[in-house]
Amino acid sequence: MSTLQACLLLSSLLFSIGLAVAIARSSAILVLMGIELMLNAASMNFIAFWRFGPNPEAATGVLFALFAIAVAAAEAAVGLALVIALYRHQRTIRLQEATRLKG
Amino acid sequence: MNAVLAAIALLILASAGIALTLRNIVRSVILLVVTWFGIAAFYLWAGAEFVAFAQVLVYGGAVSMVVLFAVLLVRHGKAGVAETPAPSGRIVSALLAGGAIAGALAGAVALTPLAPAAGPAPFAPVRHIGVLLLNTHAASLLAAGAILTVALLGGVVLAAGGGPEKEDGP
Repeated sequence: MSTLQACLLLSSLLFSIGLAVAIARSSAILVLMGIELMLNAASMNFIAFWRFGPNPEAATGVLFALFAIAVAAAEAAVGLALVIALYRHQRTIRLQEATRLKG
Repeated sequence: MNAVLAAIALLILASAGIALTLRNIVRSVILLVVTWFGIAAFYLWAGAEFVAFAQVLVYGGAVSMVVLFAVLLVRHGKAGVAETPAPSGRIVSALLAGGAIAGALAGAVALTPLAPAAGPAPFAPVRHIGVLLLNTHAASLLAAGAILTVALLGGVVLAAGGGPEKEDGP
């Protein structure tokens, strides 16, 4: 197994753990964290292909990873604001009980 | 396979896997911060120093603090940080889905004939990245800034905006 395949395998496993976290946990905050893990796994793929790719001078993978981190930060901010708004309205962040959209 | 990469992979996967099983939300989040630092170590290993620093600043610094603040703000009574477990059927289906995705991805990675590894690590100095960001990718940089601004304004409106505040007292 080449080193690139090892990197891709690592990011695949991290993506799967993130998916399992996002499905299995019932707290909205941990579901968001699972989504963040999946985003991080995708960024790791960009870096791995940049590192072992044929044309690293263009730094495309690095720039993609940077923009992915910026967008993930925005997503985390909006997601946690939604969690706080949900808690203010319904006094719970359990996703089983958050079934209403009406405030 | 590289020993450093194996150690980084062990750190990332172990902390994420333990965070998957813990019931205490604060402990889960702290373990996920360890995972994010492990990912920054992976970036350093791969030679992308600037991305590693961005990862430490954004995830290790900003996102972890925001998440911990959110956990403490929505704590409900003394048992607020202990999550009530999901129904067991959902846990089983989550593990099945994660395992199936992991198997499919691992099979695809193992069966794809990838080009042999390049030689030494490529060098991406900060100056080079900055020149690229401000010349070729200036429009993307401005778009990312606009997205961040709008998202943060939306977050403030959502979290601090009006609405019926139910006062049920502590």
